[in-house]
Amino acid sequence: MFSRAYKTVVTAPPLIWVTVFLLIPYLLMFCYSFWSVSPTQTIVHSWNFDNYKELLQKGVYWQTLLRSMGIAARVMLFSLVLAYPLAYFLSFYAGARKDLLYQLVIIPLWVSYLVRAYAWKTILGSDGVLNTLLQYVHLTKHPLEFLLYSPFAVVLTLTHIYTPFAFLPIYAALEHVPRNLVEASHDLGATPAQTFWKIIFPLSIPGVVAGATFAFVLSLGDFLAPLLLGGPSGIMISNIVVSLFGAAYNWPLGAAISLGMLVLVVSLLFFSERIEKKWSFS
Amino acid sequence: MSATTRAHNPAEHPSSDKSILLSIRNVAKTFGRNVVLRDISLEIAEGEFLTILGESGSGKTTLLRIIAGFEHATSGELWMGAERLDQQPPYRRKVNTVFQHYALFPHLTVEENVAYGLRVAKRPEAEITQRVAEALDKVKMTSHAKAKPSQISGGQQQRVALARALVNRPKMLLLDEPLSALDANLRRQMQVELKALQREVGIAFVFVTHDQEEAMVMSDRIALLRSGELEQVATPREIYGRPATAYVAQFIGHTNLLSGEVRGGVVRCGNLSWAITLPDGPVLFSLRPEHLHLSSGAESPGTVRVRGCVVHQAFHGATELIRVDCGAGMILTARTASESRLQQDVELQFRAEDAVPVKQSAERR
Repeated sequence: MFSRAYKTVVTAPPLIWVTVFLLIPYLLMFCYSFWSVSPTQTIVHSWNFDNYKELLQKGVYWQTLLRSMGIAARVMLFSLVLAYPLAYFLSFYAGARKDLLYQLVIIPLWVSYLVRAYAWKTILGSDGVLNTLLQYVHLTKHPLEFLLYSPFAVVLTLTHIYTPFAFLPIYAALEHVPRNLVEASHDLGATPAQTFWKIIFPLSIPGVVAGATFAFVLSLGDFLAPLLLGGPSGIMISNIVVSLFGAAYNWPLGAAISLGMLVLVVSLLFFSERIEKKWSFS
Repeated sequence: MSATTRAHNPAEHPSSDKSILLSIRNVAKTFGRNVVLRDISLEIAEGEFLTILGESGSGKTTLLRIIAGFEHATSGELWMGAERLDQQPPYRRKVNTVFQHYALFPHLTVEENVAYGLRVAKRPEAEITQRVAEALDKVKMTSHAKAKPSQISGGQQQRVALARALVNRPKMLLLDEPLSALDANLRRQMQVELKALQREVGIAFVFVTHDQEEAMVMSDRIALLRSGELEQVATPREIYGRPATAYVAQFIGHTNLLSGEVRGGVVRCGNLSWAITLPDGPVLFSLRPEHLHLSSGAESPGTVRVRGCVVHQAFHGATELIRVDCGAGMILTARTASESRLQQDVELQFRAEDAVPVKQSAERR
């Protein structure tokens, strides 16, 4: 149908792009992760597994990874809990207001991540909006300290930021549930609640899995929210990678952690796609 | 046709030996300013096969959806026995629907689809297993029990949809153009099977279609809907043989419409005239093509003859339809035995009683 030359011209740019900006950097990272740093702070190109051994042996990396996964899991859970009812309402009951409400969900995505993170800082801080209010109404005497610079602040901020990402695939899945199936279910005697659990929810599982994956993976790799709002107890794995590539100047160890994360995330994506496929019927 | 004249028509009501299952009383439906149904009154008997026939946009699907409970009538009532049906949500009505595109649940197997109604009603598992097996057997789908809907053909999905509805032993089954997605051969086969199944289970079927042939083949009674109003409710034979209006005559089968004038017991239609017992005034007749014959030559009382020339000849297999120009702007269509050689000039004849007076259909929309 298309000539060879045409196909080459069309496919070349993305191939070059992927090679230069993805494959080669990953390859470099892969190489770095097997190299080491000399005491004089130069990178020595001697192949060894020392970085990986250090990762497995030192508890701090495991603890940080587990904490990061814990934070990501909570963000995922809260995002789903917020996004699903919203998507369900919009898809089934919003009627003529559907488009407007949809836009209202999307608009926060246009606001810079940094601005939103700072906004939470001014809300949650000791002199922030929330503490000032709580003291004004005499619910507390002193500012609540746990609000800012804590895992709580990180989870809250990331949930705020990633809920639209969970919302979009769930909404798309619910929009694809044929309405005559809902009618058929009612026709066969199922109450609205039975219809939801037996028909609507199962058919929206691909969207839920996709939304959960978005929220989890994006939170897991986040470093700005913990940097700005996490404090010492809210440090996540990406903050360690950032410092290893920066002040600590240990690129090989940073590369090893990054690769470990990459393997983790890719296997997660693989499994979520399996689940999505199993539950798609079209 | 006004409500008063309809009330005199005995076919509006099912034959008296059967008890009335559903009574539709003065149902109307408007969507915004769009009137979809106006003043529909209809009674459906136990075990009856009633077809709601109409063109697309006539409101037939809306009427079915009102019975099922997916739409609310703007005014009017539905009664099932002593129970007011239109105030019940769909899941409380003892009515099941076979949807146009079957609406099988894609994530459930054939068996689970059929079991759905019994499961949500929390029937004992042993009873469910038995009834599902019976229902699948009835529609010959036992061998596909474990298949997903996407793995079976359209005709098979149709059967599963039937089994899924019938397994609940509804008082009435609603069918929304269930055969329209099937190809012609399979559709004819399903018409026969569906009718046989209906006789076997003895449940009232309310069948919606736009296909007049399908309606004639399957129904005990046909309710012909036009632009949201009932044009005629009658048995297939009656609606074909004694159409109430010009619209009915034209919608069901082929017909010739002759408009004429009665004066002093004689009607004149163009060049034709015959004796008739109708009051003076304008009149409209429906004359079926099969009642027009080529003249045999022998004169017989009560026949009307007309000469004309053949302008068109359409071969239909055993019969053919010829169009004959009889002068004075009158072109008649006659159904004759297939004949390859037909002379240009012919004489047609029909019995005067076969010309059925029909009402002029009111202009709507």
